[in-house]
Amino acid sequence: MKIHEYQGKELLKKFGVVVPRGVFCQSVDDAVKAAESLGGKVWVVKAQIHAGGRGKGGGVKVAKSLDEVRQFADQILGMQLVTHQTGPAGQKVRRLLIEEGADIRKEYYVAALTDRTTQKVAMMASSEGGMDIEEVAHKTPEKILKVFIDPVDGLSDEQAAQLANGIGVPAESVDRAVAALKGLYTCYMETDASLAEINPLILEGNGNIKAIDAKFNFDSNSLYRQPEIVAYRDLDEEDPDELEASKFDLSYISLDGNIGCLVNGAGLAMATMDTIKLFGAEPANFLDVGGGATTEKVTEAFQIMLRNPKVKGILVNIFGGIMRCDTIATGVVAAARVTHLSVPLVVRMKGTNEDIGKKILSDSGLPIITADSMAEAATKIVAAVS
Amino acid sequence: MSILINKDTKIITQGITGKTGQFHTEKCQEYANGKNCFVAGVNPKKAGESIFGIPIYGSVKEAAAQTGATVSVIYVPPPGAAAAIWEAVEADLDLVVCITEGIPVRDMLVVRNKMLRKEAAGGKKTLLLGPNCPGLITPDEVKIGIMPGHIHRKGRIGVVSRSGTLTYEAVGQLTEIGLGQSSAVGTGGDPINGLKHIDIMRLFNDDPETDAVIMIGEIGGPDEADAAVWCKANMKKPIVGFIAGVTAPAGKRMGHAGALISGGADTADAKLAIMEECGFTVTRDPSEMGKLIKALI
Repeated sequence: MKIHEYQGKELLKKFGVVVPRGVFCQSVDDAVKAAESLGGKVWVVKAQIHAGGRGKGGGVKVAKSLDEVRQFADQILGMQLVTHQTGPAGQKVRRLLIEEGADIRKEYYVAALTDRTTQKVAMMASSEGGMDIEEVAHKTPEKILKVFIDPVDGLSDEQAAQLANGIGVPAESVDRAVAALKGLYTCYMETDASLAEINPLILEGNGNIKAIDAKFNFDSNSLYRQPEIVAYRDLDEEDPDELEASKFDLSYISLDGNIGCLVNGAGLAMATMDTIKLFGAEPANFLDVGGGATTEKVTEAFQIMLRNPKVKGILVNIFGGIMRCDTIATGVVAAARVTHLSVPLVVRMKGTNEDIGKKILSDSGLPIITADSMAEAATKIVAAVS
Repeated sequence: MSILINKDTKIITQGITGKTGQFHTEKCQEYANGKNCFVAGVNPKKAGESIFGIPIYGSVKEAAAQTGATVSVIYVPPPGAAAAIWEAVEADLDLVVCITEGIPVRDMLVVRNKMLRKEAAGGKKTLLLGPNCPGLITPDEVKIGIMPGHIHRKGRIGVVSRSGTLTYEAVGQLTEIGLGQSSAVGTGGDPINGLKHIDIMRLFNDDPETDAVIMIGEIGGPDEADAAVWCKANMKKPIVGFIAGVTAPAGKRMGHAGALISGGADTADAKLAIMEECGFTVTRDPSEMGKLIKALI
């Protein structure tokens, strides 16, 4: 789960990381009022969407007067902000963050994430802040420093100082950078984050270290014990179909192709998508119905797939284990009837009660095409839609 | 032989009294020598009782001491699952199989680091399979986990995968063309786990009753690439490889918590390329995993 920058900064502040004073708002008038209340002569008007790359897309502007604050807030609020992470349609801006200006002398990059290889928390830091860190990693990997933290011990002062010194924080500000790094680490652990990134972390003229941006991602397995994080969830930023699917405990992700697919198990679901592509078409979605699919769940899954106007055919691929093929077959027949299915449907079933399942499909009188292997199923659905 | 488990393995079930634990314990008991293998359950509130004829103990340590069990399987719900793993590790078991899906990553990080510390301090090394895995099976001997027993057949092909249903797919194909399995192992879909592809490949390499291996992977993380590099230098047996997720978009979690492309090296294409370089027979068509193995042996 992702959150907005202003929410991330609230979290960082709670864990002792210094952030600029700022006000979250949802209207142009409130943006101007926010700037007035903050005072000063320079303000930053920042679009709040979950995607990165907002600055390049025109979603972050520096205002030197209250008139400019009004002008920029008016421009940004409601715009379709297109960044490299939003896709070509962009994301509508519904929220703004108005912040006091900062006296930026140097920009750094710091982040915490879980490292799969070492099974530790990795803290990364770079002197090349404010840039796309993947580009830095690609072109100048030596400019990214890493320390690995055993979560039983936590981040030590020595490790934090090693990073701060390593990225060239001036001696008089190292203590402040250490505090920021330790705050970031504690925040990462306490909130069950899977990524916590500050880019840039800046050095100000007075020697202060401040977080100018905040990007968080959270482990969805842990949300049950993080009510404060769940409260930050912004449904406007999420795909409505994926959201609807999650209510039924279905794992669904929409893609760009025209073959809907319904599969049990995440690995098999990906393999089914790949097979569709291998045989000449593109999958319209990832959909894992899980191990305990019922007729209701299968019907809901069909409805979600069919809501996508691009879908020209459906492939069902089930390896019956604990879940029996006859249960799925009954669900598929019911779903095809309820949704008045008008696109071709290919069903491939293997495993437990395969024969009963196939009989249910053929007895239904519906024009369901059956297949024995994944390759055969993909060939048949591709032929049926073209 | 086989890897990790056989008909003489004695197993403790943690979470035996829950709905999932009960359901699968019955299926595991019914399979091959299961009646003799599943010797104990754990639930501190029901110690002294029994379920399906299996005695319940108050702790893993007590269950192990009373029964001589060396392996445990965990169906404990996510909030308590990492603590259940640690309890089994503290009881010095040989192998812990954690089926539970949805354990907080932070809990897994902490328990994995505690396990490493225990080993570093000279304590007994306990192997962990999973979490979020289907378990493992040695056909006609014993099954520990949630896979459908009846699709398996005893034989000489090893199967390893993160995913459950994709393992069943490979096993189903093998059985259909008359090839059996020595053992089939699911390492699980989570980012922080125990045994990895490389560990299972080592075991299959050393197992005199395994002739060839199907290694299945998916997007996310370095496991498959690490295993491939190790195999190039060490593996003496033919391998068929498949990676799921060629069509998966970057940055999206594809069902499994660990199935997330986070850089250039953990895409399906990158993994397929390194596996091919390392001498695997790779395929992009998961329907032909069985046929390809048959052609290799």
